[in-house]
Formats: sequence, C-alpha cells, structure tokens
Amino acid sequence: MVGKDASLELIDAVPVRHPWRWVGAAAILLALILVIQSMTTNPKFYWGTFRTYVFDVLVIQGVGWTLILTASSMVIAIVLAILLAFMRQSDNPLFRYVSWVWVWFFRGTPVYTQLLFWGSIGALYPKIIVGVPFGPELFSWDTATVINATVAAIVGLGLNESAYLAEIFRAGLKSVDNGQMEAAEALGMRRSKVMWRIILPQAMRVIIPPTGNETIGMLKTTSLVLAVPFTLDLTFVTNALASRTFLPIPLLMVAAFWYLVITSVFMVGQFYIERHFGKGVDNVMKAPVKATEVAASAHANPVKTTDGTTEGGKQ
Amino acid sequence: MTDTTSTASPVPAGVKPLVDIQGVHKFFGEHHVLKGIDMSVKPGEVSVIIGPSGSGKSTLLRCINLLETISAGRIYVHDALIGFKEINGKLHDLNTKQIAGQRREIGMVFQRFNLFPHKTALQNVIEAPTQVKRQSKAAAKLKALELLEMVGLSDRANFYPAQLSGGQQQRVAIARALAMEPELMLFDEPTSALDPELVGDVLEVMKKLAKSGMTMIVVTHEIGFAREVGDTLTFMDGGVVVESGNPRDIIANPQHDRTKEFLSRVL
Repeated sequence: MVGKDASLELIDAVPVRHPWRWVGAAAILLALILVIQSMTTNPKFYWGTFRTYVFDVLVIQGVGWTLILTASSMVIAIVLAILLAFMRQSDNPLFRYVSWVWVWFFRGTPVYTQLLFWGSIGALYPKIIVGVPFGPELFSWDTATVINATVAAIVGLGLNESAYLAEIFRAGLKSVDNGQMEAAEALGMRRSKVMWRIILPQAMRVIIPPTGNETIGMLKTTSLVLAVPFTLDLTFVTNALASRTFLPIPLLMVAAFWYLVITSVFMVGQFYIERHFGKGVDNVMKAPVKATEVAASAHANPVKTTDGTTEGGKQ
Repeated sequence: MTDTTSTASPVPAGVKPLVDIQGVHKFFGEHHVLKGIDMSVKPGEVSVIIGPSGSGKSTLLRCINLLETISAGRIYVHDALIGFKEINGKLHDLNTKQIAGQRREIGMVFQRFNLFPHKTALQNVIEAPTQVKRQSKAAAKLKALELLEMVGLSDRANFYPAQLSGGQQQRVAIARALAMEPELMLFDEPTSALDPELVGDVLEVMKKLAKSGMTMIVVTHEIGFAREVGDTLTFMDGGVVVESGNPRDIIANPQHDRTKEFLSRVL
C-alpha cells in the first residue's frame, strides 16, 4: 500500500466527453420501444395463445426432448472429435487417413440426408448380424429395435457434428506451442499422456468458444430430426400445435422463446467452462494464490504436509 | 573410443564416460548441421558447449534426449545406445515406450522454459513423478517442495507460470526436470531469454547443482559460468568441434583462430 502524502497532488483530470454515445443510446431505446409497442398492440401476434401454450405439457416435453437430443449428440460428437483430432496428429498414417476421410464424408454430405439415412437404415438392413464373413452368424438383432427413432436422431446428429468439431479440436491442438510437447516428452511422458494432460487442457481455451457456438447451432439443428422421423422435439411439437390451432405465429414465438431461454442457460455454462480452462492464462492476477501456505506448513511439520497440502494446495 | 576431452576432466582417467558421443552427423534435409561430433562426458562432470548460433550446439543437445534423431554415428548414455537397438549389426528404431524410458534418465531445461501454463509451479514439478513414475501425490509434493526450496522458490509453489518472472520460471523448470531424478541434465541456453538482472539467480542454481555432483551438459553464452563451473569447454562452429579442453585454458589461451574470434566477440 502506498501511503498518501499530503503534499502529493493527485491528478483529477476531466474525462473526454462522448455526447454522440448518448444520442445513439436514445435512438436505440426509441427503436426498441417502437418494436415492443408494435408487438404488444398488434392483435395478430395472439399473445393470449402464446400464454396458453408456452407452458403446455407437450411444449415442455418438446423442450426436454430437444435438450436430450442436443446434449447426447454433442457428447457423442465431442468424444469422437477428440479421438479424430488425436488421430489426425498421430504418427500412424492409418489413423491420419481414417480421420481425414471421416471428416470429409460427414462434413461433405447434408445433415438432413444423413438423418434420412439413419431413419431408413431398418429398411436397408432389417437385421444386424455379427458373424464370420461368409461363415456362421453369431448374434443378430432386429435393426428397428436397436436403432429406433431416438437412437437414429442422436447418432445422425452426433456423427455429423463430430466432423465439424474434429476440425475445431484440431485447430485448438495446433494452437498450443510446440515447446509444450517437447518439454513433456523430455520428462519421459508418453505421447498419449502428453496430449491428454498437457496439450488438450491448454487447447480447450481455444476450443470452448467455437464449441459453444456449435452447441447452440445443434440446439436449432435438432429441428431437422423430422427427417428420421422423430416427432417429439420442440419445433415439431409447436408446428403440430400451430396446424391444429391454425395460428402459426404465436406458436413460432413459443418455440423461439424456449430456444432463447436454453441458449441463455448454455451461455452461462460456457462462461464457467471458459473460466476453468483459462486458469493460469486469462485474468491470471485474479487467480487464487496462497503463496506461503503450502511452504510454511511443509517446514512446520513435514509429515502432516502430505495431508495438509492435498486440500490446501489448489488443484 | 576417441576421447579428446578426457585430459581436461578433473574426474580420474579410466572412469567410464556417462555420455559418449561418437561420430555423430545430423542432416535436416540437405542441410548438414552436425558433421562428425565426438565428445564424452564423465559422471559428475560439467561440460559446457559454446559457439556461434547455427553452430549445431543446440541440435547436438537435442539429439542426446531424442528430440532430434541422429543421421549417423552413435550416442551412448550410461552404456545404452540412444534411440536405437542393435540387433545383428543392424539398427532398429526404439518404440515410443522405450524412447520415453530413455528420456526419463535425462533432464532437459529449455531456453524458453516451456513450463505448463495451466499448472502451478508445484503442479508442474509433480506432473512427471506422479504421471510417469506413478509416485503418490503426497510423496511427489514433499519432494517437489524440497526442490522448489533448493531453487529458492518454495514461497511460489502455488503461483502459475504467468505470475512468475522469467528467472523464476526457469528455476521452476530446473526443479521440474530434477523431480524425475535424472542422472544427466541438459541445459539449452537456459539464460538466453532472461533479462540480464535475472540471469544470476539461474546460474546460482546451476552452480549449486554442479557442486552436488550432477552430470551436466550446458549450451550457453555465459563465458563466466564456463570458466567458473565448467570442467570441460567445447567450442563448436559450423557443425564441428573446433577445440575442447579445460575452460580456463581455452578462454585464456584459445588455440584456433575461430575460437579466438568468437571469444573476442562475446567476452
């Protein structure tokens, strides 16, 4: 702390004024009021209908299914993307080619087509048979029971997304300085361990923002699952209600409202995930630092330190 | 075994070298970087390599712990052929597991520190012992705190690298390498990226380490360190060893024109 000297004359400068910012703010506020006024007073929005359906059981179930589709397909996509990105950087040429072809195919064909394909796989292959080629069959299942509409929708969305995410993860891995790999390898760490413990956690800083983007994109892409056909998601349900009531606008608003709510929740989650992976790099001066605690306890009682530091030393 | 440096070493003659470099060549594509290097380092010896940039001194160091693969010759550390296995006179590449095993015995300190930025100083030091040697976290921490104490940074254990000065980061990097209890330490221009007033702390730690009997190969521009701590000094230029011997003799009385010229520029 620097003590304030009475003779020290602190600068109290007049800041630069920005009058046009106030004008701009007023204009935007005015526009906003006009939009709100037009929406509330225009009877064709049917806000009463909006209120009737926004918490309707079918709509809430649609929100639930949309969340399930988004979450499970993103989990599949992220797991595959990590694998694909690691494979792409592998010394093994077979891994590199397989990864490249996967991305090429799933990124190169429309997601709608892929969903149609997974929806009709039961027609292409009525039975799934595990056996020796040209030999006896060991197990078999009915395709329709294994790959029902839910599975087809999740697998279709997940595999498609994995191709896009793989490129995001690859960019993230490439953003980490080469010296990190060298330092870790010089310590005798195996490459897979280096990737998992050293490179990927640093790459996550770069990977999270575009992955958040993809997740929010996926939330809306789930509306394409009618191609499977999967008929329980938010868009399908609100469309069905719209054609039943002959009032498409308020039900579009219902869907838009819920997509916006979910997106907002995702953004909050993303903030915390970004903060986690930014530790040591972003806002580093605010990082929790208890400098002397660990060392002091080590000197005081070396045996007890082992327990003391496991909780005291921030992991 | 041609050994041109042994005369200068204080270690008694007849002791087997810990590091034995024989006729090593390295090509990067068409570029011939190392042109037949012979060198040996005895246990406990501090071997300092100096030379102009592009002389191949860093490349030689990187070849010893397999960050680069040699194109010809042999490198032995503790009688083990580095990077290869010789079966019936034919060399076979080591697999990744065997390479990792050889690296465990060799610590390396880099010019640009290369600490893991997402881990605290303490986490940096315990990473390899817990992950590679499978030590318990508690035991690794105790050892790590000793090492951080040794490099004068026990009060910085929970700081992230970005919260440390360059000199502090480099000392953590030294502690991190020592945590694997290597029998050989390689230093690749450890003070070249530091502000002048921070160089001293790092050199102090290296001196302490040398006194403790660690075998060290140090690529540096710090002639003072070479004179004071070095047991042998090797001057490299253009991918060859120009001369090597007792550091004090070479610095006071260089035999080759190229050595004279280089020393006159850095002293």
